[in-house]
Amino acid sequence: MHDVDVLLVEDNPDDAVLVIRELKKNHLGNKVIHLPDGAEALDFIFSRGKYSDRKIEDRPKLILLDLKMPKVDGLQVLRAIRADERTKYIPVVLMTSSREERDIVESYSLGVNAYVVKPVNFDAFSKAVSDLGMFWILVNETPK
Amino acid sequence: MLFTSGAVLLLTCVAYFTYEYYSFRQATAQQLSTLGKIIAANSTAALAFQSKADADEILAALSAEPHIIAACLYDKDGNLFAQYPADLPKEAFPPVSSKKGYHFESQHLSGYQPVLQGDKQLGTLFLRSDIEAMYERFKLYGSIALLVIVLSFVLVYFLSRLLQRSITKPILSLAQTAQAITYRQDYSVRAQKMSRDELGMLTDAFNQMLNQIQIQTHEIHLFNQKLEQSIADRTAELEIANKELESFSYSVSHDLRAPLRSIDGYSRIMLEDYGDKLDDNGRRTLNVIIKNALRMGTLIDDLLAFSRLGKQNVTKVNLDMNFLTATVVEELKVQYNREAEMRIGPLLDVEGDSSMIKQVMTNLISNALKYSMKKEKPVVEIGSFEENGNHVYYVKDNGAGFDMQYYDKLFGVFQRLHSTHEFEGTGVGLALVHRIVARHGGKIWAEGVVDVGATFYFALPTEKIASIPSNT
Repeated sequence: MHDVDVLLVEDNPDDAVLVIRELKKNHLGNKVIHLPDGAEALDFIFSRGKYSDRKIEDRPKLILLDLKMPKVDGLQVLRAIRADERTKYIPVVLMTSSREERDIVESYSLGVNAYVVKPVNFDAFSKAVSDLGMFWILVNETPK
Repeated sequence: MLFTSGAVLLLTCVAYFTYEYYSFRQATAQQLSTLGKIIAANSTAALAFQSKADADEILAALSAEPHIIAACLYDKDGNLFAQYPADLPKEAFPPVSSKKGYHFESQHLSGYQPVLQGDKQLGTLFLRSDIEAMYERFKLYGSIALLVIVLSFVLVYFLSRLLQRSITKPILSLAQTAQAITYRQDYSVRAQKMSRDELGMLTDAFNQMLNQIQIQTHEIHLFNQKLEQSIADRTAELEIANKELESFSYSVSHDLRAPLRSIDGYSRIMLEDYGDKLDDNGRRTLNVIIKNALRMGTLIDDLLAFSRLGKQNVTKVNLDMNFLTATVVEELKVQYNREAEMRIGPLLDVEGDSSMIKQVMTNLISNALKYSMKKEKPVVEIGSFEENGNHVYYVKDNGAGFDMQYYDKLFGVFQRLHSTHEFEGTGVGLALVHRIVARHGGKIWAEGVVDVGATFYFALPTEKIASIPSNT
């Protein structure tokens, strides 16, 4: 029933390429959609604007959300997802460069499933992405 | 005031009366004695010639002295010869007495005077004087004295009221003003001037003093306001600066690392996807790029950790330094593949922030391991001792050491005494350690000899004084 495995919301296309590459390496990247900002992500998730043909019920298995984005940031997207009955159980993982305590605290208070700091080191980064994909897409079960 | 004047007046009266009483008695006795002598002298002839008519005449002359109530002449045998007044019964006259001089009886003063012709006593004169007159006089004196006292009291009363108005009232007013100022802290109050005398001057001086105080209080108040304003300004500036610094470090942590991730990531993609198409030189070049991107990442992380430390609160708990050090050593062993001999002595407990002190131990021990790595037999010694109420911990190694000449650079941020080529590092570690120890109210210092080794000490206050009240 999922037409999308992973929804990646990332404003930095270079980072997005690295994430998608890692997911693909682990055979998790067949149904990955990359959106460049929070506003478009909200349109997609709630079937609005150019995504109005989509059904809200076709929930992605996992949303990988960048924290710092122009216009609508990761925390705002997270808040909107958690506020809606139809989307509140979608696993959301925040990925960010920041180790700032206040970001972590706020993310958890909004109900994030995981908070991952993107390491500079590519090896560590790849491992983080593949571990995340493995767990949330292959292992984790969400309410239908 | 009334009492004082009354007492003085009374005492004066009593003294006066006493004096008057004695002097009056003396004068009366003297007077009677003189009278006696004159009459006795006049009576000589009458007695000598036994002329009763002459004697009666002489005595009758006493009627001129109204206070003489009785007089008589005795002949030389002591028989009554003549008497005054003539109608007085004979029993009224006492028998002749050999007593001489004058004596006070209850109501009278009486006495005997011998009548002499040459050495021969012809008879004796008796005189009795009424001293009622003296008491009359005393009564008059008493009345006058009483009147004087009463008048004095009235006078004193009015005088004291007048004086109170001119002395007490201004003083009371001054005291009330002073009290009002003390209670209300209102220095604009002024004492009212009531007269042009010394009290008036005092009031003026008091008011001038108040004036000075008011001016100075006002100045102090203004100064305080200015001070508070400038403190508020500084605080606001500091807050702004802090916020800017915070947002700076926030964006550094976000934005500076993203490009590094791309540099590292894409270099690796290049190596993975096109590695076989590059020669050794090309691959080495990419590895240098990767290494430096990673180093830059470490630098940013360290710098952020250092700046974050300023904001972090120090939460002091009792720390088991033996356990803490053992944990740190375990964690570091994974990083350093070469075995070093670790000599860890029993360590004293201390009050400190758990994660911060762990950071201190981690940095010092990893430094010791890093700089002794190239030795044949690396030895790291960790110990502690008590000194001046502080617990001192040290980490000693037999590594590269350092030149004491550059000691002042040891704890500076980004200051290094060894090149990255020799030993890896960003130059933040010891600065971080220094800052943590300082925030604990402690001290850090080091000793080093090039190629022999280095010892780093840090002392933390034991705060025994602070812990005593919590125990009781």
